[in-house]
Amino acid sequence: MYSNLWLIPFFPLLGSIINGLVGKRIKSEKVIGGFATLLVFFSFLVACQNFFRLLGDNVKTHEIVIFSWMSVGKLQVDWGFLLDPLSAVMILVVTGVGTLIHLYSIGYMHGEEGYYRFFSYMNLFAFAMLMLVLGSNALVMFIGWEGVGLCSYLLIGYYIEKQSAGDAAKKAFVVNRIGDFGFLCGLFVLYWTLGSKGVWTFNFVEIAENAHLLETGGLVVTVVTLCFFLGACGKSAQIPLFTWLPDAMEGPTPVSALIHAATMVTAGVYMIGRMNILFAMAPSTMLTIAIVGAATAFFAATIGLAQNDIKRVLAYSTVSQLGYMFLAMGVGAFSAGIFHLMTHAFFKACLFLGSGSVIHGLHHAYHHAHLHDDPQDMRNMGGLRKKMPITFITFLVSTIAISGIPLFSGFFSKDEILWWSFGSTRGHWLLWLLGALAAAMTAFYMFRLVFMTFFGEQKTDARAKDHIPESPLTITIPLMVLGLLAVIGGYIGVPAILGGANHFHHFLDPVFGKSLHLFHIEAHGTHATEYTLMAVSVAVAVIGIFVAWVMYIKNPELPAKFVTKFAGAHKIVFNKWYIDELYDFLFVNPCKKIGTFFWRGFDVKVVDGIVNGVAWVTRGIGSGLKYTQSGYLHNYAVAMVVGVVMIVGFYVFG
Amino acid sequence: MISVHHYLLLSAILFCIGIFGVLTRKNAIVIFMCIEVMLNSVNLTFIALSRHVGNMDGQIFVFFVMTVAAAEAAVGLALIIAFFKNKESVDVDDFNMLKW
Amino acid sequence: MADYLLSLIIFFPLLGMLFVLFIPRDNDGLLKGFTLVVSLVTFVISLPLAFDNIFATSGGMHYREFYEWINIGDYFQMNYNLGVDGISLWLVMLTTFIMPVTVLSTWKSVQKNTKGFMALLLLLETAMLGAFVALDLFLFYIFWELMLIPMYFLIGIWGGKNRIYAAVKFFIFTAVGSLLMLVAIIFLYYFAVESGVQISGFGVHDFYKLDLPYNAQYWLFLAFAFSFAIKVPMFPVHTWLPDAHTEAPTAGSVILAAVMLKMGTYGYVRFAMPLFPDALQTFIPYLAGLSVIGIVYGSLVAMMQEDVKKLVAYSSVAHLGFVMLGVFAMNQQGMAGGIIQMVNHGISTGALFLIVGFIYERRHTRLISEFGGLAHKMPIFATIFLIVTFSSVGLPGTNGFVGEFLALVGAFESNLRWFAVVATSGVIFAAVYMLWMYQRVMLGKVTNPANENLKDLSLREIAVMVPLLLFVFWIGVYPNTFLDKMNPAIEQLLNQMNNKQVAVVEVYQPVVAKLIEIK
Repeated sequence: MYSNLWLIPFFPLLGSIINGLVGKRIKSEKVIGGFATLLVFFSFLVACQNFFRLLGDNVKTHEIVIFSWMSVGKLQVDWGFLLDPLSAVMILVVTGVGTLIHLYSIGYMHGEEGYYRFFSYMNLFAFAMLMLVLGSNALVMFIGWEGVGLCSYLLIGYYIEKQSAGDAAKKAFVVNRIGDFGFLCGLFVLYWTLGSKGVWTFNFVEIAENAHLLETGGLVVTVVTLCFFLGACGKSAQIPLFTWLPDAMEGPTPVSALIHAATMVTAGVYMIGRMNILFAMAPSTMLTIAIVGAATAFFAATIGLAQNDIKRVLAYSTVSQLGYMFLAMGVGAFSAGIFHLMTHAFFKACLFLGSGSVIHGLHHAYHHAHLHDDPQDMRNMGGLRKKMPITFITFLVSTIAISGIPLFSGFFSKDEILWWSFGSTRGHWLLWLLGALAAAMTAFYMFRLVFMTFFGEQKTDARAKDHIPESPLTITIPLMVLGLLAVIGGYIGVPAILGGANHFHHFLDPVFGKSLHLFHIEAHGTHATEYTLMAVSVAVAVIGIFVAWVMYIKNPELPAKFVTKFAGAHKIVFNKWYIDELYDFLFVNPCKKIGTFFWRGFDVKVVDGIVNGVAWVTRGIGSGLKYTQSGYLHNYAVAMVVGVVMIVGFYVFG
Repeated sequence: MISVHHYLLLSAILFCIGIFGVLTRKNAIVIFMCIEVMLNSVNLTFIALSRHVGNMDGQIFVFFVMTVAAAEAAVGLALIIAFFKNKESVDVDDFNMLKW
Repeated sequence: MADYLLSLIIFFPLLGMLFVLFIPRDNDGLLKGFTLVVSLVTFVISLPLAFDNIFATSGGMHYREFYEWINIGDYFQMNYNLGVDGISLWLVMLTTFIMPVTVLSTWKSVQKNTKGFMALLLLLETAMLGAFVALDLFLFYIFWELMLIPMYFLIGIWGGKNRIYAAVKFFIFTAVGSLLMLVAIIFLYYFAVESGVQISGFGVHDFYKLDLPYNAQYWLFLAFAFSFAIKVPMFPVHTWLPDAHTEAPTAGSVILAAVMLKMGTYGYVRFAMPLFPDALQTFIPYLAGLSVIGIVYGSLVAMMQEDVKKLVAYSSVAHLGFVMLGVFAMNQQGMAGGIIQMVNHGISTGALFLIVGFIYERRHTRLISEFGGLAHKMPIFATIFLIVTFSSVGLPGTNGFVGEFLALVGAFESNLRWFAVVATSGVIFAAVYMLWMYQRVMLGKVTNPANENLKDLSLREIAVMVPLLLFVFWIGVYPNTFLDKMNPAIEQLLNQMNNKQVAVVEVYQPVVAKLIEIK
């Protein structure tokens, strides 16, 4: 019935291989890009077909095994796919947003060296991401998990000539690997613990069915979930492993949109959703996740306040929004977390693509005027709303959505998260407070971005400012579609209190319902509380917007005053709390020092010292004794006679 | 009556003279002759004891020793001549190249 | 045919070597071509092994060959005793597979005394194949020592600047270990004779049946383990490896990494562990500890290397740590992981050495700082290098992951759990040192003018790499081809080790005392 599921990851893989092998020979960019886009679109069509089939199906979980991967004794791992509401949502998001971003890239990457390489990597990414969400066992998921890491590495480092791009790519991969270390450890502990109870499996369905074999709230399940959470932290850029994501903005903008906003970075959230039953069994892990999520949301938002690079603001915003998703997962609002994942994919992809459109335009203008200004620095922008109307409108819509203004998609998802963090049996008002503060800051820095970029006077260099064009259709069409989705995407999950049916929640119920029910996770509280909270969160968002308006439109000299007045605080925030420097000091440099010591100190001095020392001693003894070989016959004869006499003497007198 | 002891004593004296010669003389040919003296002293011992214990083995052995001594004389003299051609000397102190 | 297949595989290269000796020494092309043909034919005649399904059904020794060889009275006897099972099968295949690749890689790089080089390569192949299939300990020892000599000359004659030091170091390290093993082998033989057990020569299967008292096992195991540990190489006796690898010619490094290091790990699996199961139990924690130290230590040291080849050499130390950890897990998954990781390491690290060889041929330097930005000049090379790098890092979907994963799962299942946790951190370090190296060599701008005119890979060089890449993905995506055939053999090996009685048999005590007295 769902046997064509394998086609979904297969199409992009095919595209990646073909573009990778023969792309270099193809001269036409349209053919390369069109082909890649088309294949992801095919995946989207197959995904849609399967989605609607699942919608009308009573059985909500389907597993399709392609062939056996590894079989050694008790360990049996298959290449298998799992289709359930959760993965159905994910494949739609990945292929849908993926198609749009591929389409966008055709225009955006125009004229770049290695055009075919870019699309080959992008398709490979789509393949890996789809493996991640479709994998029926933890190992197939891990293929995708690492695969997206690889593609992220390749695409961040796409501009191979740039030193910073290479550094960022490496950092992204290595930090992800730290997470993978956690993921693997968790997997091993889980496998072994379940195995010792008779169930040797990596299969998600079987894990969920046999989770009761583990002790609820026990050490094992806590350790396992904490390990998994470490993995999620790496992939989804949570504290303490978030530092790679802002650097990852070295990649081309479509990459940032697809990988570092819409899909890959949400893999951690997806993974927690996939194993929700284990997490539900470990309240202390859930609490950790909620705290880390809320802290990340807050912390990243503070850094976002002071950045001047348009993509970096969005990057910190992504970290912050991911924090929301983790907060949701931590307080048991699984479906809300996934809901936010989806709406975030729409509006953040739109924001990134919009910023890409701006950069594209400015780049074009600078190129025209032979200038080398930074096209990503917001201080060089301003007043672009007239030059780029479509970009502006879609950008504004998405900004409103992310700020949580009612009727836009971000409002529904964010509000549900905040409500759960307050009212859930696993929530706490402090979590809510952090979330609400982060929401206020989000509204502030996002509107700061909009105001600095699109409003006010044009600060672009005079020679370039008349040459900023609106982007071509391949760029604006995805913007419009995503902008539309950013507006209406929330209506599938309108909560009951606002008169909605919350279809999204019910659709995902087969995945999350069991753990919510078993462990009594629910949000409770009066309608009055819920309305109040809603009002508060809208209010703080509006305040944030208002402050941004005051600072950047009404009194544009205010920010400079703030900076001088709170110079210390600004410096800390501007330098990202010196986290990178701290990590260098704590981990990177000691590792290098230890490595050098082991090499030059231990290997060369101690081990080789002993070996060479033995050789040296042997040689020394030999060179001392060689003088006994005088070469004179008499000496030998005397020695012989003395020897004979001694031996005879020994036997006669001894 | 000359007993076997006398033979053995003579043989020992001859052997010591041989050793003394080998150790003190420098002329290779003299050393060579001293070695022959030593060999012959051993031969004497063999024969004396062979007669004393009434076993012919010792006498047979002497033939071997004499054969070996002859072969040795041939090879040894050849070596000395070869060396003399090289160094214009038969002094063993000049034979010192076999060292480190 | 099947009756003589193993002998044919082993001695075909030797036969080829004899013919090589009659080829005029200045006919470079013919020498290389002929050697390539010989190694290819060897590969082809070894293929029936790989396709034989008997390995998937029965774990015992197949393709047995047995002839009495040296027979001194009834007291000393050794036989020509060969056989292959699912464990050695893939190592034999790896050897015959890697040889043509190696020969092809020498096309340009070996110019001096080609004849000697080719003859030694073929001799080396015979020795390696022999060591993998010998079932008589003495015969094994002969092949084991025979391997040393060609490799010694390959490093010492065709090596780099510091080749003599490296060659002597390599030789002495290995020889020290193998002498201890020789003593242990002889002791084992006379123990068997003295205790009146029915044996035929130094047949390892007869020795498996011996009930050695614990204190004898203790010392014998130490001797074997030390010898194999040097070859693996395990921390802290690994220091010959970076020198040997760095100084050896590319072909030498490839063979050293791909096949010869496996000799040590194979030795553990075939000899040291099943022969002395009780002593093994005592030493497992220490050995596993050393393996894990090797992983972390090798990675950290690799990170700081300035020479690409040395970096790869240290990465070998780390990779073989995974192999040993898997093997010491003493369960199906761990063993399978260890063995498949041996093959993986042969492919990935072999490929890495070939890659280093390619750039060395072009630039005559191996210092990382001399490079940078090569991706720009050599796109095909960059892609291949990238794939191999990630295979070495252990990215899922490539071979490296399957091996590491199985080894780690095995270790987790056994009581080496904490070791496994530390070992898992190796995945982080592997990414650090490999990617950093890749970045410094391939990415960025071309800063060194010497790199401006580098040529991309030639067709021959691509032909060298493609078979390796094929296996990178084959093992990564469908390892069952390989696992299916090694599973029964591993199962049998484990059963045999587990069923063996814990034997502190007092009856044998006098025998040992007597033997010690003889010494």
